[in-house]
Amino acid sequence: MLNVGKIEEGFVLDHIKAGKSLSIYHHLQLDKLDCTVAIIKNARSNKMGKKDILKVECDIDMLNLDVLAFIDHNITVNVIKDGEIVSKKELMLPKEIKNVIRCKNPRCITSIEQELPHIFVLADEEKEIYRCKYCEEKFTERL
Amino acid sequence: MRHLMNPLDFSVDELDRLFDLANDIEANPDKYKNACQGKKLATCFYEPSTRTRLSFEAAMLNLGGSVIGFSDAASSSAAKGESVSDTIRVISCFADICAMRHPKEGAPMVAAGKSSIPVINAGDGGHQHPTQTLTDLLTIRSLKGRLHDFTIGLCGDLKFGRTVHSLINALARYEGVKFIFISPRELMVPDYVTEMLNERNIPYEEVIRLEAIMPKLDLLYMTRVQKERFFNEEDYVRLKDFYILDKAKMELAGSDMLVLHPLPRVNEISVEIDDDPRAAYFKQVQYGVYVRMALILTLLDIHV
Repeated sequence: MLNVGKIEEGFVLDHIKAGKSLSIYHHLQLDKLDCTVAIIKNARSNKMGKKDILKVECDIDMLNLDVLAFIDHNITVNVIKDGEIVSKKELMLPKEIKNVIRCKNPRCITSIEQELPHIFVLADEEKEIYRCKYCEEKFTERL
Repeated sequence: MRHLMNPLDFSVDELDRLFDLANDIEANPDKYKNACQGKKLATCFYEPSTRTRLSFEAAMLNLGGSVIGFSDAASSSAAKGESVSDTIRVISCFADICAMRHPKEGAPMVAAGKSSIPVINAGDGGHQHPTQTLTDLLTIRSLKGRLHDFTIGLCGDLKFGRTVHSLINALARYEGVKFIFISPRELMVPDYVTEMLNERNIPYEEVIRLEAIMPKLDLLYMTRVQKERFFNEEDYVRLKDFYILDKAKMELAGSDMLVLHPLPRVNEISVEIDDDPRAAYFKQVQYGVYVRMALILTLLDIHV
């Protein structure tokens, strides 16, 4: 079994669906941070069978929790200080997300006005449906 | 400052006040003939829509205001690549209020975000056409005397017709409205519409033939069934006559059932019923002018 050591300060994203860690890595823009990142794929999990884990040694404020919640609000966010878990952040579906996903509707104004931010708003919290702020097209893919 | 992007931007109470004003304009046109003197309406039409544009222009002229604008993108700076955001900033320097039609969905909302004058969505692609919905509501309220407790049949292309979706959403806010959707299977109302009605326990029926339900209707809202919407020619030929309203079908309807249509009509309403007192689609056009007049006054906060 592969062992990845503790981190001293930062966060551990646990219970990521197996195979999703790289997508989250990119959407959180962790590639742009100058810090240690461990990507653990297909770790054994009692709850999920297999899961991914991300360990990031950086300030928790550098993490965009809205983006993370949009991708999967069931991910556990453990905040680490001095090598120990000091708190867990609860992820709530964001009311609005900006420039994370793009509107695919060819009739949407965002298809021609290049400088417009791509904004999606939470239209149905129960069904986790997001719609484009401009054309109201439903976002159907999952990241 | 307020804009109008979606028919649901106004609460039911606000709509009542708007329609009261429209009815007062209808009854006392002279009282309002100088209400917008010195004010300018810009009609920014990035795609041609003569009827809507002329209705807005007539509304502003009836109020004593004046009109500037363009009627297709080729004659605007959009042809040079100017963004909607920049165009509206410029138009804000020229006019007091703007009516915008654009083929791209959400364009008027982008304009409203950058504008220093009220923006009215005069139709954005297949998305919203709020002044058509306001026209439909005012017509029903004026001719039926109420916007509650009736059965409305919506007939034709219920899948792609934005006027139909907007009208259903707007009428769903009133008590006692029952919907009957009459369309071929290919053109039935989308799931999200029936889901919304189910969630709110609003009664509706979906039927294919018009004849059987005619006696049940207080209102019939006709739309065009376009040939290109069908999967094959055979289905089109088989079904097209079901959705043509003629004298024989009108004989099945009640004596006070009203027929509405957003126009333009092609052949879905036979001209033989144009003189039937229940045919209200040309009156609807007139109510479109009144409601736009009331809307301009409301958004400009002008009280007469």
